[in-house]
Amino acid sequence: MSFKNENDQKAYWKENLSILFKLLAVWFVVSFGAGILFVEQLNNIHFFGFKLGFWFAQQGAIYVFVALIFIYMKLMNSLDKKYGVEEE
Amino acid sequence: MSVQVLTFLIVGASFLLYIGIAIWARAGSTTDFYVAGGGVPPVLNGMATAADWMSAASFISMAGLISFMGYDGAVYLMGWTGGYVLLALCLAPYLRKFGKFTVPDFIGDRYYSQTARTVAVICAIIVCFTYVIGQMRGVGVVFSRFLEVDITTGVIIGMGIVFFYTVLGGMKGITYTQVAQFCVLIFAYLVPAVFISIMVTGHILPMTGFGATLADGSGVHLLDKLDGLSTSLGFNEYTSGTKSMIDVFAITFALMVGTAGLPHVIVRFFTVPKVSDARKSAGWALAFIALLYTTAPALAAFARVNMIETINGTEQTGTLLTETPGWITTWKETGLISHEDKNGDGRMFYSGDERNEMSIDRDIMVLANPEIAGLPAWVIALVAAGGVAAALSTSAGLLLVISTSVSHDLLKKTFAPNISDKKELLSARIAAGVAICIAGYFGVHPPGYVAAVVAFAFGLAASSFFPVIIMGIFSKRMNNHGAVSGMISGMIFTMTYIIYFKFVAPELNTSENWLFGISPEGIGTIGMLVNFIVAFVVFKMTKESPQEIQDLVESIRFPKGAGEASAH
Repeated sequence: MSFKNENDQKAYWKENLSILFKLLAVWFVVSFGAGILFVEQLNNIHFFGFKLGFWFAQQGAIYVFVALIFIYMKLMNSLDKKYGVEEE
Repeated sequence: MSVQVLTFLIVGASFLLYIGIAIWARAGSTTDFYVAGGGVPPVLNGMATAADWMSAASFISMAGLISFMGYDGAVYLMGWTGGYVLLALCLAPYLRKFGKFTVPDFIGDRYYSQTARTVAVICAIIVCFTYVIGQMRGVGVVFSRFLEVDITTGVIIGMGIVFFYTVLGGMKGITYTQVAQFCVLIFAYLVPAVFISIMVTGHILPMTGFGATLADGSGVHLLDKLDGLSTSLGFNEYTSGTKSMIDVFAITFALMVGTAGLPHVIVRFFTVPKVSDARKSAGWALAFIALLYTTAPALAAFARVNMIETINGTEQTGTLLTETPGWITTWKETGLISHEDKNGDGRMFYSGDERNEMSIDRDIMVLANPEIAGLPAWVIALVAAGGVAAALSTSAGLLLVISTSVSHDLLKKTFAPNISDKKELLSARIAAGVAICIAGYFGVHPPGYVAAVVAFAFGLAASSFFPVIIMGIFSKRMNNHGAVSGMISGMIFTMTYIIYFKFVAPELNTSENWLFGISPEGIGTIGMLVNFIVAFVVFKMTKESPQEIQDLVESIRFPKGAGEASAH
């Protein structure tokens, strides 16, 4: 057992899941939300020469995906430290 | 120097580089061969993953497809990148902590079941074979067009190179060659894109040139021009699609989940030293992939405008046949472009209605793009080297999974558990050799359904691997019966649907006949749901997983104590 006690272990997993769900919500909103479900509404807005919905579908979603993974990495590394379960 | 001589030089130099790396990075043990000794730095692993992932399809075909599909092309752009978010957040770190060599290893151990392992091995082999055949074909096409050798010779040269560094170097050789291949392919993709972007819009970055105004001083935005051209020629508006929303949704989802479940991608995360490295390397992998994936749609739009204007002329009256551009003449020889002067006016015309006289294969857009834009010969040669790099790097990754599945999952874990490390390594090498020959055979004699089987690879990965791995990590109590029945029913459902519409009754393959209006390309999404539901129902009726398995799952949920990937 690497955690100090069982409560710590539960709390760590709970915080992990909460980070996961928040980031996946963003993942869903930019791709399936902005790029597909609401693409027509967003296409009425113009953004640097693009229709916004089209931009999300062919550019924006991809940039957000990259950012999400790096944010996840940062958040998880500090979570590991907080509970003392990072690697040596 | 002629284009052909330059192509020989540049492609030849890249081959020497790959061979040199292979000799430097020979594999000495099964750990080297399967997971590169577990010591690959995360940024390099990110590059290798990117090269592993970006295949001949991404490099050669994707921009062309988007160019003809417009908005609908987003299914590939989002589908093939969004999967990495799932991979990085839900799979890679946990599988790295688990610390074994293969995906069937995880499934077999986590579900304490030989049946689960065997089903997983079969899925892995089918997925990888369907994929690798297309790659070999890609090598053949590039060689035959640019080096003017026939496709068979092209495939044999490609096989020889892959054979050399896969069999010799295993994962270690592959990883470092893939790093070099990534550099070659991304350079080869970006250089013509930047040139063309400057020519069309005056922007250096294709990603911003995509939305910019045209450089011809008209003040019209590229995309508005494209929308206008498309509608006047009888096509759909470029920025809106023809597929139904539910189908776009389902295809995108299936491609994302399929990407996250592809064994040759997952296995790359077993090669880094630590769990935190697995997270980091997924981020880098996607950043490198995004370079190509955000350029591709821009390239697609530039190519579309250039192509329409060179064929139809700036006045949209058609170009005189006597003034046919050189690239059309060259590509006509390969049969990928053809023209028939239907109205007998001695001009070419391209449109989406009855006025159309051209038939253009989508695959040529990226390869022909530098010629269409009139770029220098060395750029054309570079694109050829990039296409070959993309095809070789992906083939090598796939062939390694096939050889690992045979030597490790089948031989070592199923039939001959007492086999020595040396013998296992030898059998892995033999398996890789045999797999290359089979792939090469199909590359020369492609089954007519290569394009159709791609739906297969993703559908299978989405409906079999992804759900059972997710449940294996996020539910401690999920048991062997649930997983096996989920995997089998998800897979059978998806395969039946695809086989029915693609092979049994292709004439019925239209949206009225589809289940919920979802095409065979997107059905993996439903297959995944079937897998989850069946697994859950069966699980509720049977005993939960034993305590030691629940402890195992507990232990993969935090990074501390992750050792090197190992066989035991």
